[in-house]
Amino acid sequence: MLEEQGPEWMSEEVKTGTTIIAVEFDGGVVLGSDSRVSAGASVVNRVMNKLSPLHDRIYCALSGSAADAQTIAETVNYQLDVHSMELGEDPLVCSAATLVKNISYQYKEELSAHLIVGGWDRRGGGQVYATLSGLLTRQPFALGGSGSSYVYGYLDAEYRAGAGRTDTQRLVVDTLSLAMSRDGSSGGVAYLVTIDGDGVEEKVFLGNELPTFYDQ
Amino acid sequence: MAAAATMMFGQEQMVSSNNDMAPDWTSKEVSTGTTIMAVEYDGGVVVGADSRTTTGAYIANRVTDKLTPIHDRIFCCRSGSAADTQAIADMVTYQLGFHSIELDELPKVETAANLFKASCYRYREELTAGIIVAGWDKRRGGQVYSVPIGGMCVRQQVSIGGSGSSYIYGFMDANYKPGMTKEQCMELVTNAVSLAMERDGSSGGVVRLAAISESGVERRVVLGGQLPKFFTH
Repeated sequence: MLEEQGPEWMSEEVKTGTTIIAVEFDGGVVLGSDSRVSAGASVVNRVMNKLSPLHDRIYCALSGSAADAQTIAETVNYQLDVHSMELGEDPLVCSAATLVKNISYQYKEELSAHLIVGGWDRRGGGQVYATLSGLLTRQPFALGGSGSSYVYGYLDAEYRAGAGRTDTQRLVVDTLSLAMSRDGSSGGVAYLVTIDGDGVEEKVFLGNELPTFYDQ
Repeated sequence: MAAAATMMFGQEQMVSSNNDMAPDWTSKEVSTGTTIMAVEYDGGVVVGADSRTTTGAYIANRVTDKLTPIHDRIFCCRSGSAADTQAIADMVTYQLGFHSIELDELPKVETAANLFKASCYRYREELTAGIIVAGWDKRRGGQVYSVPIGGMCVRQQVSIGGSGSSYIYGFMDANYKPGMTKEQCMELVTNAVSLAMERDGSSGGVVRLAAISESGVERRVVLGGQLPKFFTH
């Protein structure tokens, strides 16, 4: 302890501690995330938007190592641009998810990031894909990040197949709020992205606009 | 993120230090993997737990009773090492019984909680025990005290514990409200433990419940087929 090492957070890897969610509804998907990026005990960015566009109607939610996740998202964004130009039309959500899965699986030993892919396409409507550890699976809803553990029970209990747009948005905000209040690595504001056939809607819920629960 | 990976898919590499011919559960300690919880209501408490005890991947007991009576109106919910928690519970049962005879009245729940805390804190390096103490006494009515690993003691209106509890923090925060009735608490506990059992590999079996109030203890079991069903894909 005689040498000057600098603050602890300068030597800690930057991770998006995080809670990320994607839920399908009738006609589209809602993606949600918190906004905290931590390096050890320090919050290095309290307003980061972890919902990253891969294409016009396809977004992904980032978790794990911030560098790894951002790089995967940028790479797939580029690959999808090329693919959709060759195709001459908008790519399928499944294609985007497969591209993410390919990178996650090929480099699974070196990378530590989990991306959830959600979007809308003409063939399948709203779809959510999980790509954890390099698998690819379509699910009605997907959770990720350190905060997700605390809200599996809540989402299992509250999810209804075929729910509407506003109900699903409220469900995602409630779930994020619960996770953010229990997980030390999640916090800040809640970002929401709603994608359907008509387009993309981005929303932010500031701290005081988040729902509160019985002990707050 | 890494935590989510291990929780969803278990260990990817199996590291065995013993002979590969012997199943892993012959070398693993018996643990109550578990989901336990306790909720206060006006007039008493409701405690609940799953019923699975594991040694590694083998379920040693699928109908375990993790709700242990400590005194007439005081129960404890046990999680962590089965041996450690049984030993501590036996000790506290003896100490509390003796204390109650000297006092010549029913012991306070706070007393029971402090006895648990004393043992869990003193031997914190050797023990793996997460305990929830809940009961009724005439001074403060229904009370829930949490004595997690490490040996602290704190009173809460709702307490959840065990490996399965992580998955239901959100559900409990959203669905518990102060001033619920006994039946509402029973239903809440049944739903919460079921949800945790769905997601946690170390929790399962049946849901055991007990409602403790001035008039006595009412025990219930919710069997597999009667468990509430939620969305599972």
